[in-house]
Amino acid sequence: MSEIQQFIEGRLPIIGESVVQTLQMVSVSLAISVLIGLPLGILLILTRPGNALENRIVYQVLNVFVNIVRSIPFIILLFFILPFTKLIVGTSIGIKGAIVPLIVHAAPSIARLMENALVEVDSGVIEAYRSMGIRTRHIIWHVMLREARPTIILGLTIAVINLVGATAMAGLVGAGGLGDLAYRFGHLRYEVDVMYVTVFILILMVQCLQSIGNKLAAKYKKD
Amino acid sequence: MITLSNVSKSFRTSKGTVHAIQDVSLEVKLGEIFGVIGYSGAGKSTLIRCVNLLEAPTSGSVVIQGKEVTNLPAEELMQVRRKIGMIFQGFNLLKTATVYDNIAIPLRLTDVDKNEIDGRVTKYLRIVGLEDKHDAYPSQLSGGQKQRVAIARALAQEPELLLSDEATSALDPETTESILELLLKINAELGITIMLITHEMNVIQKICDRVAVMENGRVIELGKTVDIYAQAKHPTTRRFVNSTYHKELPPSLLQELKETGPVVRLSFVGGSTSKPVLAQVSALFPVSPNILAGGIIQLKQEKIGTLVVHLNGDPEETKKAIAYLEDQGVKVEGVEVGDE
Repeated sequence: MSEIQQFIEGRLPIIGESVVQTLQMVSVSLAISVLIGLPLGILLILTRPGNALENRIVYQVLNVFVNIVRSIPFIILLFFILPFTKLIVGTSIGIKGAIVPLIVHAAPSIARLMENALVEVDSGVIEAYRSMGIRTRHIIWHVMLREARPTIILGLTIAVINLVGATAMAGLVGAGGLGDLAYRFGHLRYEVDVMYVTVFILILMVQCLQSIGNKLAAKYKKD
Repeated sequence: MITLSNVSKSFRTSKGTVHAIQDVSLEVKLGEIFGVIGYSGAGKSTLIRCVNLLEAPTSGSVVIQGKEVTNLPAEELMQVRRKIGMIFQGFNLLKTATVYDNIAIPLRLTDVDKNEIDGRVTKYLRIVGLEDKHDAYPSQLSGGQKQRVAIARALAQEPELLLSDEATSALDPETTESILELLLKINAELGITIMLITHEMNVIQKICDRVAVMENGRVIELGKTVDIYAQAKHPTTRRFVNSTYHKELPPSLLQELKETGPVVRLSFVGGSTSKPVLAQVSALFPVSPNILAGGIIQLKQEKIGTLVVHLNGDPEETKKAIAYLEDQGVKVEGVEVGDE
């Protein structure tokens, strides 16, 4: 009994703090990644051969850029772009310092997910809306994004879960979070109970995210 | 209404240039239903897309209601398109929107007055007979119902012209029939000019005033539907016309009969339907006609009667009999093995 009490008193506050840090990193970087990734995905679709703003050069440049960033493992990216991080947020450590690489890591993936979701939209419907004299920006919003919602949501769910995984490495720049906790206490100090609790919380978090994603996607899927 | 002059469209592909349509000129008159028929790959789909510039013609001119629409600036082209409705083989509805929204969303996006939208959706859903499906999603509808929603969506824009791209090709015969009736109704009651493309001759037969037959990107025959039925000149046209007869004679029977005289198809249009010409033939010539099959085809405006007849008799005399029939205004055509 006293061991449990001791654990609760001694470790629970740190665990709570780590959960908050993880959530902060995930939510902020997700929000900004979507803001960057969504337009990027739309641009990828529109500049593809045969689409409204067909442009080989823009498409190829974006395409290669997205591929390059996506091929760098996050742990390397984290250090590789240190100067860039410092330039953007003024520091390369702490939560602020972790969010920049998290965004650089997630945004291109989200762009690709968006592109894949949007390319699935029935081109016939887009043609029908073109034939009705409807503006391209309205077609993007009211046809493409609308019809792709279920796929976009499922894609974003994957992106969030990847972000949760990536934040585990953010401890390396002193951003804290659950991964960092598990590493420092669970591994370095050999406090196995902290390791177990952390892993359990991560599992719970991923399960919740996936369920929410599935439910939302089902809600918008009407076929 | 629509005047296409020397319209050509070619596509550059990895295998070279494909001439989808070549030098097509035709006119769709105000208030008519004009059909374009052809096998797949004939270029009819590209042709109809050139009318509302979903495909820009490589050369030639497209004039809609006196206005040249090729090379219009984007903004003006959009305004022109808003007056042209279009329906498709695949219906092309939003899967994630209700029937109501499928019709209302395009209205909202084309600057229709907000207070007017609800009335228009209700009105046109009633016209297509789906007033009880406001809140259904397309996945809950049958193919025919989906096409009706698509038609209501097109009509709600209150166009003067409706383009139909194989609108019945994905539907079963009964549903096709009901959609064709709806198109006739729209044409008659709302006065909307319709240009349609199809590969099914029965669509042409039932609703088209005039028809153009396309092959290899060119119009090979064009005229009133009744004339095309009565005297198709081009072999392809004849094949389309024959496809509506559904009278298969067993080849063995045909071979057997041919030994004692020719087997011919007689077509009767207008005045010649009422004369007892076959009785006259047997009275005037030593030829005994034997009726093998017959029927009447109802076109949009006229009827055409057909008989497949075996003329039993001496070759010289049957020739004379055929000449006599043609003289009486009956169209005579030989029936060959594997013709139908």
